[in-house]
Amino acid sequence: MSEPTNPARSGQEFEQDLNRSDARVAEFEVQNHTLLDRIQHLLHNNPTLVPVIVLVLSLVAFGLIAGGKFFSAFNLSLILQQVSIIGILAAAQSLIIITAGIDLSVAAIMVLMSVVMGNLAVFAGVPSGFAILVGLAGGVGAGLMNGWLITRVKLPPFITTLGTWSIFYALLLWLSGAQSIRGQDIDTEAPFLKFFGASFDVGGARITLSSILMIVVFVVLWYMLNKTAWGRHVYAIGDDKEAADLSGIRTDRTLLSVYGLSGFICALAGWASIGRVGSISPQSFYEGNLDSITAVVIGGISLFGGRGSIMGALFGALIVGVFRSGLRLSGVDVLWQVFAIGWLIIIAVAIDQWIRRVSA
Amino acid sequence: MTQTATPVVQARGIVKRYGHVTAIDHSDFELRAGEVLAVIGDNGAGKSSIVKAICGATVPDQGEILIEGKPVRFTSPIEARDMGIEIVYQNLALSPALSIADNMFTGREIRKEGWMGKYLRMLDKPAMEKFARDKLTELGLMTVQSIKQPVETLSGGQRQGVAVARAAAFATKFIIMDEPTAALGVKESRKVLELIQDVRARGIPIILISHNMPHVFEVADRIHIHRLGKRLCTIDPKDYTMSDAVAFMTGAKEPPAQDAA
Ligand SMILES: Nc1ncnc2c1ncn2[C@@H]1O[C@H](COP(=O)(O)OP(=O)(O)OP(=O)(O)O)[C@@H](O)[C@H]1O
Ligand SMILES: [Mg+2]
Repeated sequence: MSEPTNPARSGQEFEQDLNRSDARVAEFEVQNHTLLDRIQHLLHNNPTLVPVIVLVLSLVAFGLIAGGKFFSAFNLSLILQQVSIIGILAAAQSLIIITAGIDLSVAAIMVLMSVVMGNLAVFAGVPSGFAILVGLAGGVGAGLMNGWLITRVKLPPFITTLGTWSIFYALLLWLSGAQSIRGQDIDTEAPFLKFFGASFDVGGARITLSSILMIVVFVVLWYMLNKTAWGRHVYAIGDDKEAADLSGIRTDRTLLSVYGLSGFICALAGWASIGRVGSISPQSFYEGNLDSITAVVIGGISLFGGRGSIMGALFGALIVGVFRSGLRLSGVDVLWQVFAIGWLIIIAVAIDQWIRRVSA
Repeated sequence: MTQTATPVVQARGIVKRYGHVTAIDHSDFELRAGEVLAVIGDNGAGKSSIVKAICGATVPDQGEILIEGKPVRFTSPIEARDMGIEIVYQNLALSPALSIADNMFTGREIRKEGWMGKYLRMLDKPAMEKFARDKLTELGLMTVQSIKQPVETLSGGQRQGVAVARAAAFATKFIIMDEPTAALGVKESRKVLELIQDVRARGIPIILISHNMPHVFEVADRIHIHRLGKRLCTIDPKDYTMSDAVAFMTGAKEPPAQDAA
């Protein structure tokens, strides 16, 4: 440390006592007095805790209400299977929402690419593997188109994807002639398209490959988001894009990669959906966009960006599945399932707002 | 101070307009090797604007910038950073939800050695955390509970400390600090002033924007006085008093006839 020689230039008078001052660094007292404060801090540090608790509680509750029918290995694996497609879409949606964006076109990309795969493999006689590759590449292209409009033309994500949702939907109606491709035709012409519909039994559970795909997608994305520089950048952009720019992140390039990857995952969901549904229907998953957002929000990922773990979206999708299954097995009318999901969304957003108000 | 050496930064006739507002109005700027150059001026004089133009955060409308004699035209702060130029922004430019360690390494993360880093691109978090902890300790700013703590849970002064530590740790050419002590306590300000002197001792020049005259007069080798979007004059703090400097800055007194200083 260079000791200033000239006393006139050695700082202000009141600083002269600094050397004698207490050299200890400030010791932080944990000042979270109330239980509520502590919970708020805990949730702030672990945003996935809420969906995990809700999932466990709802499993227990429906287990008690609906009994063994609900809690059987078979029913639980069925729930996993039922949420797999929306779950994969929710993974794609999470990526976008973490960057403080939103993608209304995810389900349209998914169905469009399943139609592309089906048309090529079933009607054009293209080998299934190649048809699938084209579909996956198409998904990347559709995602990049969203990303390009958002980063280069600088349009807001909501409006951009509202537009591309219509565009992709019109394209898929045109390509499919508004007709479904029947399951039998797929079985005879291109059975590989139904790959993710295959299942195997363990214990009393029936595990479908689409469920495994969903889990793999989440684990891979979790790794990318938490263990790589790319993932840290995705969070930083969602947090404060300008700060991210200034601190040396190529924000537009990263955003473009996020949209491209998200489109790829949607196309993957499109392939898996063929096995899951058994046919290719242009009318399927019309509400998939909103269902994916529901799963993300219930999973505690902030719509304002930069906060929440991708695993939350998996739990969010599972919570929706558990509620549907549990209420159905308890003999409750479908309309109350919709009613319950609505409240879950509102409560999840309210909790997110509350957590964000955490005092520094 | 070697007067003959090429200046580290030489800017001429810089202009930057935001709509009707002219933030920089044909301003010159010069930073010499090994010096601490203080930049003072009223609020809105354009101090932040001119340093942002120098480090690539904004692209000036007119004018030329030479770094060590070579003309540059940065279009992004990344380009300046690749040359070893670091800046502590007035608004800090940190990502609130990310940890201290993540923030210190944004855009220059360290990957694990071996295949995990090469193929799986896995970050070496322990190494980054150790580095961040060491740098903050050097600054006497390890008053934080954990290096993994998100920046938004830090106090304003602690955040400023993180931004200063980040710049000091990585700069090799020069550092710009835009009001680095504005939110700091007496003790922490002193640490930053000591750090500035350390960095100068390492031969790295510093541009220090500050409203705190005692601090400016303590560490600066020269003072650049900015007024109404341009450099009014530069003075040697040994030749003038603080009240002179304030008088020039506010327009209460005519600046000295500009010599080579
Ligand atoms: N991004 C921007 N958009 C519009 N106007 C801007 C922008 N940045 C700066 N300005 C304007 O440029 C002028 C100079 O601003 P600048 O931030 O450089 O001042 P400053 O000297 O750093 O002031 P302070 O001491 O308050 O930090 C101000 O009139 C400001 O309103
Ligand atoms: Mg400023």
